[in-house]
Order: sequence, then structure tokens, then C-alpha cells
Amino acid sequence: MMIEAYARSNGQIGIRNHLLIIPTVICANQVANRVAQLVPDSIAIGHQHGCSQIGADKQRTFDVLAGTGKNPNVGAVLIISLGCEVVDPLELAQEIASTGKRVECFDIQSVGGSVKAIVHGAKLARDLRQELDQMEKVQVPLSELKLGVKCGGSDATSGLCSNPALGVAADRLIAVGGSAVIGETTEIIGAEHVLAQRAASKEVEQRLYHIVDRFEREIERMGEDMRGGNPSPGNIAGGLTTIEEKSLGCISKGGTTELKDVIEYAAPVPKSGLYFMDSPGNDIECVSGMAAGGVHLVAFTTGRGTPTGSAVIPVIKITGNKQMYLRMQDNMDVDVSDVLTGGLSMREAGERIWQEILHVANGKLTKAEILGHQEFSINRIGPSL
Amino acid sequence: MKEGLQQGVNAIVMHELDDVATALEELASGQEVEFWLNEKMERIQLLDAIPFGHKFAIRDIASAQHVRKYGEVIGRATQQIACGAHVHVHNLEGIRGRGDQQRKEAAEG
Repeated sequence: MMIEAYARSNGQIGIRNHLLIIPTVICANQVANRVAQLVPDSIAIGHQHGCSQIGADKQRTFDVLAGTGKNPNVGAVLIISLGCEVVDPLELAQEIASTGKRVECFDIQSVGGSVKAIVHGAKLARDLRQELDQMEKVQVPLSELKLGVKCGGSDATSGLCSNPALGVAADRLIAVGGSAVIGETTEIIGAEHVLAQRAASKEVEQRLYHIVDRFEREIERMGEDMRGGNPSPGNIAGGLTTIEEKSLGCISKGGTTELKDVIEYAAPVPKSGLYFMDSPGNDIECVSGMAAGGVHLVAFTTGRGTPTGSAVIPVIKITGNKQMYLRMQDNMDVDVSDVLTGGLSMREAGERIWQEILHVANGKLTKAEILGHQEFSINRIGPSL
Repeated sequence: MKEGLQQGVNAIVMHELDDVATALEELASGQEVEFWLNEKMERIQLLDAIPFGHKFAIRDIASAQHVRKYGEVIGRATQQIACGAHVHVHNLEGIRGRGDQQRKEAAEG
């Protein structure tokens, strides 16, 4: 099977052709935002990080910024630095340019303040955008496609129908040679033994147990019951009582194939098969980690209803809650709630999601894209200094 | 759950080992509900009103007993739960991710 997408010089495919503006540090956010306002079809990913960070925490910020820039949906990148932060802009530029895409980089201190930086940045961004607009889509194999599966704002319908239906679609993609990644380590607590049965090897199984154990010990260290934080008040209002119940409903969105490996947050998602990314359940951090891992799009189930998208990848919203679908059609792309009235089989629901994935991969905009949702956030693992 | 759902039922049991069913519509206290279990249509009378998506017991559950949904343990009953009663945060607690209990145990030595 083929789709129409952009062929990148490193052999990857892109289903979008974004111009990405990356501030290396929060201090460069406003200049990046101003440049994005001046140049159509450019996206600035403001964030709170990039300075007063050390060690693995600093590395994580770097990896997410680099991975987002390397995402194949991004055609070119403009990096805007302040000039004194801990994230090295030249190292970041080099890492992103290893994909073969064009990367420009400058710092605000050298250019001489915000106004000059905005003018300088706008000129660079304009040139990059013009180059990107010369590119044309070509026929590329669907087997190159990488899909993130995610659930957020869950209620009881997520586990009963939207997640298992998404699992059917994930199986379809893997059957044609594509890859899928499931995350949310917090939301497999109590269900990890079910997922572990499908691990490709003893090592993969142990890694899965290890990351869950690591997360759970962190909650123990805090001395709190995770209920209230996860499941959230909305999850509980929607009928989910414990993290175990939520987790058991969550894992079905990954389908039924072998779990090939467990990868780190924001690490590159390999080709072919199902993978688990160690990530928080937090929607934006998880989706941002998947985008930094190179997925082309995320299929996202919700029962309570959530509008969020992503800076560089389309996010398809799927629901099994009819009432919410009718209330929030502005934000929902696929309705599979008829599974719960007997009007739709799980296979048909999965097919409906699969068709939407194909349409969006071929260029159809998701509701989140149309509404301008460009959420981006970076998971922290250390204190600010 | 099977490939498709029978039309007209108002609750669903995900696995034959389950202690709870999930309401597929708003259900009233005293209402008789129908769901499939082991290929058989079961009927029970509700003791509480059950909001859409919430759970009720399909058999009596003893205090401290593990409670199952999807055929797996979703937590522990904090009190005795009668067949037909609402099962939620007031009578079912999680076993995992309980730093509060660790802290209590540490304080009690």
C-alpha cells in the first residue's frame, strides 16, 4: 500500500512539511513566537526549559528538542538561542541537520536584542518556508508509517470500546509493516503482567517490569495515593475507580501483536512492530515524547473529551462516548460509540479508525490541526538549579 | 468482550471472572438490568442508581476481597458490597501506587 507524502533525503517519509522554530531556552520564546507570527505556516515550540538544568534532566530537554526537529514531518528548522543557556544551540543544530534537512541558528545576544532578532529570524524563516513550499509529495510505502497510540481524559468507554478499537487499527498498521508505539508507564500499573505476556524476549519483559517498578517507587517515595492524580477527578467521575482498572482499559489500544522492545522517553521509534515508550501518562508530555521519537501521527482516544494536538504531528481524536461526541464534535474526529449499543462491531470500529489514519497520513487535517492546537511540553526528571 | 455487543442490553460484563458490570446507560435504583455472562442473559435488581460508565456488583463481594473486571484484579473492597450495589471509590480501593499506605506503615513502625 502507498500513501502520498514527502520523501526526505535520509529515506524517511513526512506526512506534513512543517517549518519549526525552536527556542533553545525559555528566554528565547517570545522572539520565536514573534517570528512565527510574521511567517505563515511556521510553528514555534515555546517551552519552560533549556537553562538551570544538569545531567540526565538537561539531556532529556536536549533530546526532546532535537527529536522534535528531526521528526520527518518537519521540513526545515530555525533555532533561536539566547546565547548563555545550557542547551547548546550549535550541537542541537548539528544533531537535527544529521537528517539532511536545512537548519538555521542564531542567538539573540549576538544579533543585538529582541527587535533585531525578530527581523533576522523572520528573514531566515521566510527563506526556509519558500524552500519548503517547492517540495512536492510523492508516492511512498505505507510500511514507513509510525503511529503513536495514546488515551487521555479517559472514562469507562475508553476501556470498553475506543481503546480496543484503536488496537484493531494498530494491528492493521503493523500487519502492513508499519510500527506503533504505546506509552504512559503510569497507566500500565496493574496491567503490566498482561502486556508482558506479549514481550518478544525475557529482556523486554524485564525492562517493562523495571520501568513500572521505577515509577511506582517514585510514588511511594512521595508518600501519596496516586488516585486523585491518576485516575484523575474526571476519570473517577467517568466511572474509573482505581489505577489498575484504568490501566487494564488502557493497554488494549496497543493491539495484540508482539511487544518488540521498551524504549526510553523521546528515543527513536524503530521500524516495524509494536514498541513501548517509557513516558508519563500526562497527555502533552507523552505525545511530545512520541513526536520526538519520530512518529508521524498519534491516534488518541478520549471519553471525557480533550482538544489537545501536537506541534509537529497530527493527533486524531477518537471516542466511545456518544454524549461527549455530540457535545464536543468540534474536537472529535472519529466516533466509535455505536460499539456500546450493538450497532457497530469492534472490527468495524477499528476499520473506521484505520481509514481515518490513512486519510490523515495522506494530508487530511485533524480537528486539532484545524483549530491550531500545537501543544508541546518536555518531561522533567530533575530540579531547576 | 465478544466481537459485537447484543443490542438492547443496558450493562456489560467484560470477562466471565468479573465481579462487576458497567452501566451502558443511566440506571435507576430498583431497576432490573440485563447483561450477558457466560453466553447467558442475566438479570439483577439494582440497589443504587448507577451513572453511565459506572460499575455495580453482579455478586456479593466480601470486605477486603479482590474485585475483578476484564478478568483481572482492579482493587480491593473496603467494605462488604451487595449484589446490585454501586462499586466505586467509596467501597473499592486500588492496591498499586499506594504511597500513602507505605507512609502509614513507616510511621507505625
